Amino acid sequence: MTAFFESLGLSYEWAWFIATIAGILLIALPVMVAVAYVIYVDRKVIGAVSLRRGPNVVGPFGLLQSFADGLKVFLQETIIPSAANKGIFLLAPIITFTVALAAWAVIPFSEGVVLADINVGLLYILAISSLGVYGVVMSGWASNSKYPFFSAMRAAAQMISYEVSIGFILVCVVLWAGTFNMTGIVEAQRGHGLGIVNGFFFNPLLFPMFVVFFISALAETARAPFDLTEAESELVAGYQTEYSSMAFALFWLGEYANILLMCSLCTILFMGGWLPPLDWAPLYYVPGIVWFLLKTFFFFLLFSWIWATVPRYRYDQLMRLGWKVFLPMSLGFVVVISGYLMATGHFTSAAPLVEPASVAPTEIVEASNTQPATARDM
Amino acid sequence: MIQALAFYLFAGVVIASAVMVIMSRNPVHSVLWLILAFFNAAGLMVLVGAEFIAMLLVIVYVGAVAVLFLFVVMMLDIDFAAMRAGFIKNFPLGIAIALVLLAELGLGIGAYGAGGVELGSADGAAAASATTSNIEAIGALLYGRYILLFEIAGIILLVAMIGAIVLTFQAPPPGSRAQQDIGKQISRRPEEATQMKNPEVGKGVEL
Repeated sequence: MTAFFESLGLSYEWAWFIATIAGILLIALPVMVAVAYVIYVDRKVIGAVSLRRGPNVVGPFGLLQSFADGLKVFLQETIIPSAANKGIFLLAPIITFTVALAAWAVIPFSEGVVLADINVGLLYILAISSLGVYGVVMSGWASNSKYPFFSAMRAAAQMISYEVSIGFILVCVVLWAGTFNMTGIVEAQRGHGLGIVNGFFFNPLLFPMFVVFFISALAETARAPFDLTEAESELVAGYQTEYSSMAFALFWLGEYANILLMCSLCTILFMGGWLPPLDWAPLYYVPGIVWFLLKTFFFFLLFSWIWATVPRYRYDQLMRLGWKVFLPMSLGFVVVISGYLMATGHFTSAAPLVEPASVAPTEIVEASNTQPATARDM
Repeated sequence: MIQALAFYLFAGVVIASAVMVIMSRNPVHSVLWLILAFFNAAGLMVLVGAEFIAMLLVIVYVGAVAVLFLFVVMMLDIDFAAMRAGFIKNFPLGIAIALVLLAELGLGIGAYGAGGVELGSADGAAAASATTSNIEAIGALLYGRYILLFEIAGIILLVAMIGAIVLTFQAPPPGSRAQQDIGKQISRRPEEATQMKNPEVGKGVEL
């Protein structure tokens, strides 16, 4: 896209700048629309599980329900509690929302369709998702109310606990892929299972890590059965209790954008991203983005299925699962997987990975960014 | 042009938020300004091409350390009057620390003016070049040349962690509710946990 803007007579820097802004809009707006429809799907699935119809009034099959809700929320009055810390109270939903969107910058939707194809893509995701806790903690504290504060404490402990095991799972994937670059990780999965199937999902050593990652993703996004931060039977609505109108909507959108992000991470890390499930030529005629969206949607269906069926965890069970089960397990698998890779000579056989397609090479990080994932034999 | 703009933006925000850390009256605000300073420092790291360090800064400091700071500060109910009462008593110590910091700052600026330090080149693949990424360069250095120091640092941290756990861990008394036997809870079946009773009107249930 940079080349296009350059052809309009702009200097490279400004062409890159405008192209990046356009790219951000091209990702953020579809993500928002996807969030609207994913909320609809969520409500439909839960309706079906509890033998209801779900939203079916606004628009054909209720398809416009989310937009109607958005409009309603937009027209409501914003109420700020008089005892609240006003600045932080208003900042918290903005942070949640911004952080939820910022992580999408490094997600490759298809081959070469990525805003920032940076070397440390996975670390960037980890860094940005670790910021998500601030929105919750700040809102809980600034509300100056007991239930939100309890919820904020729970959220902080929960997110930090599960981030640790997510980090170790990512290490396992990175060990096998040999790169932190998201495009490189997807390419490393091409023909991974005996040259037939694409995806680390089919690897017997990485499959347990996939299960742990999926459950940790549920906990990280505070989805049922780990939604203790907004357990309505104990904490009213958790950290969102004092929020109304657009501030509440921002939390809501941010939460679902985060859930979608975790689903797409499952897709990219374990299911081969935009690659078709089978490494078979006719399947490659389907555009990569279709495969990516299908897989992400599949994981979202799993998320809503779990929400509708699994009862909520007790808080001590949640902490036990994170620290006493997942952490030792993922740590053990890091050792096992690196040992296996060393024993089989994975690191010395310089099987060159396909170079990540460079889209809009950023001038700022150019010096260190030009290196694709080929030099693994160091 | 954009780089210069970004640099001045990040640097300006770092300095401004560092000032706000010590200026703001609410300790929670201080921690939040500190987080902003960390975040913008990470931005500066990206500008010099050290994106790995930048990401680690955000993950470790912003994502973990600062959350714990915030956690602790939020739980504390800080009494400002009591804090100011000790001002006169601690004034000489404060002045001494400030003077030391000023002297170090002066030394640092003087040393910067005198030119860069010749550290010699590291053997191995440590030299930063356009062909190796940040992560690989740091990894080669840490696991190659400085492997011993790296492992010693790791062991010191491990010992510190175990020490902290030993010092703070208080085993709950046996039989207390804090001791949960998950295996027992999971293996509990409805047959042993519930009884079907059909009491007559006006009579209680014998369990």
